[in-house]
Amino acid sequence: MEAVPARARVYIACATAAALICLLPPPDAGTDWPALTLLAALYAGCERVARSRFVGMSSHPAGTFYPVLLAAAFLLPAPAAALVAVPGALLSHVERRPVALRRIWRAAQLVLGVWTAARVHQVLGGRDAVVTGDCPHLLGPAGAAVLAFCLVLALLDGGRLAVGAGAPPTPLRQWGSVPVRRAWRGLVARSLAPIAVHGLAGLMMAVLWRSPYGPVAALLVLLPMCVSWWAFAQYHRERAAHQATIRALVQAVDIKDGYTRGHSERVGQASMMIARELGMDDERVEVLRFAGILHDVGKLGVPTRLLRKDGPLTPEERRVIELHPEYGHEMVRGIGFLGEARAAVLHHHERLDGSGYPYGLMGRQIPESARVVAVADAFDAMTSTRSYSRARPVAVALAELERCAGSQFDPVMVAALVDAVGRAGWCPAVTADDAHTSRVPPPGAPASSRPGARR
Amino acid sequence: MTAYRPPRQFPVVHACAALLAAGSLAVTLHDGLEERRVALAFGLLIAVGELTRRNGAQMREPAPLGAAAALSYALLGEAGGRPTHHGLAQAVAVVLAASLLGSVPHVARGHGPTLDHLARRVLTVGFVAACFQPPYSRGMFDDWGGPAYALLLLALLSLTALCDAVLAAVPARSRTGRPFGPALRDELRAVFGIGSAVIATGAVMALAVAVVGLWALPVFSVPLLLAQMSFRRYAAVRATYRQTIASLARATEVAGYTPAGHARRVAALSRAVGRDMGLTEPELTVLEHAALMHDIGQLSLVDPVPAGATAGLPDAEQRRIALLGGAVVRRTGVDEAVAVVVERQADPCAEQPLAARIVRAVNAYEEKSREGGPGGPLTALEDLRLATAGEYAPEVVESLARVLARSSLTLPMTG
Repeated sequence: MEAVPARARVYIACATAAALICLLPPPDAGTDWPALTLLAALYAGCERVARSRFVGMSSHPAGTFYPVLLAAAFLLPAPAAALVAVPGALLSHVERRPVALRRIWRAAQLVLGVWTAARVHQVLGGRDAVVTGDCPHLLGPAGAAVLAFCLVLALLDGGRLAVGAGAPPTPLRQWGSVPVRRAWRGLVARSLAPIAVHGLAGLMMAVLWRSPYGPVAALLVLLPMCVSWWAFAQYHRERAAHQATIRALVQAVDIKDGYTRGHSERVGQASMMIARELGMDDERVEVLRFAGILHDVGKLGVPTRLLRKDGPLTPEERRVIELHPEYGHEMVRGIGFLGEARAAVLHHHERLDGSGYPYGLMGRQIPESARVVAVADAFDAMTSTRSYSRARPVAVALAELERCAGSQFDPVMVAALVDAVGRAGWCPAVTADDAHTSRVPPPGAPASSRPGARR
Repeated sequence: MTAYRPPRQFPVVHACAALLAAGSLAVTLHDGLEERRVALAFGLLIAVGELTRRNGAQMREPAPLGAAAALSYALLGEAGGRPTHHGLAQAVAVVLAASLLGSVPHVARGHGPTLDHLARRVLTVGFVAACFQPPYSRGMFDDWGGPAYALLLLALLSLTALCDAVLAAVPARSRTGRPFGPALRDELRAVFGIGSAVIATGAVMALAVAVVGLWALPVFSVPLLLAQMSFRRYAAVRATYRQTIASLARATEVAGYTPAGHARRVAALSRAVGRDMGLTEPELTVLEHAALMHDIGQLSLVDPVPAGATAGLPDAEQRRIALLGGAVVRRTGVDEAVAVVVERQADPCAEQPLAARIVRAVNAYEEKSREGGPGGPLTALEDLRLATAGEYAPEVVESLARVLARSSLTLPMTG
């Protein structure tokens, strides 16, 4: 057990004590023991299988098998229903240390959630509706129970964040704490929709369980849910692989031109900051990040000798290098999801006054995405060391951008970058895999050259 | 890259479906509809399921909700505690009418209902209803207990899915000459994906309608819709991934190391050969990705190989480029298996995995046939046959010859 704050331990101990009280009175002979054991075994087994390496659902958000728990809440008295969650939670696979503490916490949280849901459902008279299969009327109590379940989980999670035992560990912090005001923000909104779907599945299980067709039919309800979880996990795996491949496009440039290593990622990051500052929606921000990452991909088509040349270029050589936006566009035009990023790759060397290349577009003729990337590209070129110049401080680079705004760059984009850097500072990552190397303070403070980013 | 179209069904299958549909419609029109409310509710659900269908997604079952609702209507024996009386004819007629109705917007937008899809839907529903409705109406299942009845429905639907898979695999074999085993294996694999969700939902819906009445329909559709959404996203990201890999493959072309379209042609031809040799779908994906990226190692060369033709280089040099390529692929996060194929493409064929043998032979064929001018393809194939002293695997060369003889891919010079 490493560095868990004392107040976090106290908080978890309190939650565990409350959960133990919920489990009282212990189920007696009158309980539906077969249902209890079957559901508990089902929950434990499913959790185990789903998180094993074979299925590979470890990336899935927690709480995959809530339908089983909610079915228990709709079928059994509150203490018995709460007991269903215990074996599964205590045996569950935990990736991060401290393992025992996390398991206990998970069990306590689920016991409290399921107990509350079962109580609410019982008080509203849902149990009888489930037995008679009285459909429109069983939806109300079930809905209230699901809402209660969701609220309890969110409340406990928010509390855990507030006492500082939940923020994902980073290289700098093992146990980050979150300001109390922010701890609960969005927790309910984010989890309500998935839990509502789980609740519907749980309700179906409960109804079929009590029907003449029995538990066999109830288990069938889980199958579509399992299939959808599997597809979801595959989706995440494939998406991660896809993003790695996009990065590979960039690494292919690095093979030829080691000097610009990290440049693409940093331009992607600066483009993203500008896009956010302009209030674009998340999807467009993501596309602009790709635009920044891929803007120089056409350099693959430029002879290595020219890219690595140290001295000044002849006009002939310059013309060859200036072909790279067109090469890049030729490469990425087949990738549908890049959208307007493809235009950015083609036009990122256009200037507002029409003196840029390849087409010499002017002002509004230049696509917005290209105007964003042009600013981000110039900014990173100035703040990093090149063969022909040393790195300049961030403040100097921003001032230079502002000087050229209107003739070369779009003033709107420049202003957005100045604002974004002024607020958040400039903290480029070397590659997308590596953590942040260093943080350059907002302009005003003396900026130093960044270690690790250069060769 | 899709030089090989998805299978078109036998005309026989279409004829059977048309016959069944016409007969059912005639009987239903003559006898009138039993339990209109139930028929209407199921029809509505099938139509909605059909509306959410999206053509072009790489899913074997494009409208899972429609399929599940259709199957459960064929298996329905009771609604809200009262027995139902619709027979085989009405089940088929309602499913057909609802499917057609749900296809109207698709037709209006120009992508009509695929006949294969409709024919298969009609035949499976007809099969299920024929197995279930006559014995049920004669009271043969009356003394079965509840759980046994649930298992019966499940078994019936699984049998249907199996027949459907065979039905889909047979024409694939007759058209492309692909071995039956792998084709059937791919179809069965699809059954385990979204297919199992459709089967389970179909059975559960029929049971739940019997218990709680028609209210069950919307409630029980939700998990299946969720599964459908997950599969769509999965299919979409796979398609995007493929485009990206193709673009990565074009890096060597843009850089002037290889001729335009080379990687794409090698990939298409490799896939065809792989199919002919009986690889399964996941193996084909690895093969295709590896073929697309087989030349990526050349990016590390300072001087381009003339015309990108690696087949003529000394073995050691070929192997060096292959290892460089494998290193690049390994860094990309693409499946490890792809990197292995790229790395081993220049090894002696006895030591190579099958996919690497295919890539090597097809690459050599593509390069030689391009150099050879008008008679290039034939000379290239002859070269490969003669050179099989450990260089190109004989069985791969024979398969390549079969594929070339069958398709019009003799000299795909169009960019």
